Amino acid sequence: MIRFILSKLLYLVPTLLGITLVAFGFIRLLPGDPVLLMAGERGVSPERYAQIAAQLGYDKPVWQQYLGYLGDLLQGDLGNSLVTKRPVLDEFLALFPATVELGLVAILIAAFVGVPVGVIAAIKRGSWFDQISMTGALIGFSMPIFWWGLLLIILFSGILGWTPVSGRISLMYYFPPVTGFMLIDSLLSGQDGAFASAVSHLILPSIVLDTIPLAVIARQTRSAMLEVMGEDYVRTARAKGLPPARVIGVHALRNAMIPVITTIGLQIGVLMAGAILTETIFSWPGIGKWMIDSISRRDYPVVQSGLLLIAGIVMIVNLIVDLTYGLINPRIRHQ
Amino acid sequence: MTDSNLTTSDAAIRRQLLREFWFYFSQNRGAVLGLAVFVLLVLTAVFASLLAPHDPTQQYRDALLVPPVWAEGGRAEFLLGTDAVGRDMLSRLIHGSQYSLFIGIVVVAIALTGGVVIGLIAGFYGGWVDSVIMRVMDVILAFPSLLLALVLVAVLGPGLTNAMIAIAIVYQPHFARLARAAVMGEKAREYVAAARVAGASNLRLMFRTILPNCLAPLIVQATLSFSSAVLDSAALGFLGMGAQPPTPEWGTMLAEAREFILRAWWVVTFPGLAILTSVLAINLMGDGLRDALDPKLKRS
Repeated sequence: MIRFILSKLLYLVPTLLGITLVAFGFIRLLPGDPVLLMAGERGVSPERYAQIAAQLGYDKPVWQQYLGYLGDLLQGDLGNSLVTKRPVLDEFLALFPATVELGLVAILIAAFVGVPVGVIAAIKRGSWFDQISMTGALIGFSMPIFWWGLLLIILFSGILGWTPVSGRISLMYYFPPVTGFMLIDSLLSGQDGAFASAVSHLILPSIVLDTIPLAVIARQTRSAMLEVMGEDYVRTARAKGLPPARVIGVHALRNAMIPVITTIGLQIGVLMAGAILTETIFSWPGIGKWMIDSISRRDYPVVQSGLLLIAGIVMIVNLIVDLTYGLINPRIRHQ
Repeated sequence: MTDSNLTTSDAAIRRQLLREFWFYFSQNRGAVLGLAVFVLLVLTAVFASLLAPHDPTQQYRDALLVPPVWAEGGRAEFLLGTDAVGRDMLSRLIHGSQYSLFIGIVVVAIALTGGVVIGLIAGFYGGWVDSVIMRVMDVILAFPSLLLALVLVAVLGPGLTNAMIAIAIVYQPHFARLARAAVMGEKAREYVAAARVAGASNLRLMFRTILPNCLAPLIVQATLSFSSAVLDSAALGFLGMGAQPPTPEWGTMLAEAREFILRAWWVVTFPGLAILTSVLAINLMGDGLRDALDPKLKRS
């Protein structure tokens, strides 16, 4: 197992370096002078220009600049935002919990709804449940989620007035962040109604964000179950006279879960892309909205480091999924 | 003599294969429905200027935010109503189909060609060439697709062409991986060895001998990418980084409609419905294609 983990880790190194190269190259590919872009200044005097260039290390050859950049990264220095002047890493860490909270709720809903739906659809193959749920899954899979979000706002916030339109909690409540997760912080604050407010703000964004993962998980579970249910060991278990619940729950489901877990893990990248749209629609103060705002404000240091951090996180999550996969499926480990 | 015999039998085989393909494809009712909707979409795009009752950019100053004809206050000349500056929704939607199809075709063409060439080279030569190429593909895949496309658009500048290039770059690794895997599976087969012994060059081996045998998964991936391209380009348009106003691109229309969502439901509902319908139709077709072309991938 240790060898398996080490080989996976080693495999990550070139990709990680590649990601830093992309982030490093991004600033240099932008139209315009990288020195001025990174300094966020225009029409500076030649002396000031030379000063900025030296400060940012842009007066050195490119390979030295890259090594310097890697050195800064290793020390946790990701540069400062041009707009807020704060370190990019601090901003990221302050906003990241909001995205994690939204993403976690979304993926949990997707898994806890998608897996049972897929299992039932597979067991009752061809039934009305199967047909309706799989049609629903295909629609969900094809959904432009930015439009779906707007429709939900029209219905639930506009017409019915049940849910708030934007933000993480009502402005009536204020408490200092402890964990950064609004659901937990609102409970800790002990203020009446704070938790309910946080939940009501979370409902629509998490429904929107989980639409595509839910559809993918339901479809994947169904096809994995159908495949497994045709296997010899399931037939044997049935022939032995085991109760159907045990055959499905233990023999079939456990094996069908292997590809499904990979699918769930792969949804993290989908969730990050979805978070950009969902957070924009619901003004959710997370990483996705931060990236969009930074791109439109030309806050390039933020875009550069945000790109790096998000790709890094996606990679780490994929690594964890890979390892889990090895853990539950010994065949992979020994390959 | 033998030659002409060979060609007729080749044509017969092709016809037989096509018939077989259609048999499996038409078994899937959803796929046939998807195909029908898709054909309708293509016809709408081709005959857009004939079908559209108004010019898609013409602003009727006396008809701002007119509701659809069946709603209270609707007017017969604007079947689906008008937007905030008095442009006919139906005409804009009809013209928008051109953009969606065009985007899908261009993105898939670039991503498919690039990805297949890269994947073929990686799979065929193996060794360090393969390692370098596939690591580069891994790097592209590490970024969430929409984010990478957004950043690429920031580099290239907002606009439809750049959005298409960005999306194509992001999709390329999927094709490269598929092509590589298929080539690696086929490379060791006897017919390839036979062609090599017969003196076929590497280029010929890659493109004429091996590639046609790896097409099935690539075609399925192409349909999937087509629908994703329609979605992603609409998303970029929605975020203001794709097609720019007043282009009647569906995502851009939604972006313009955002501030009116609580006042005029039709300006939001119809463009989204158009996106959903087209993407759904293409995905339905993709499911059918997968079943018909590649029994191994069949989801039963």
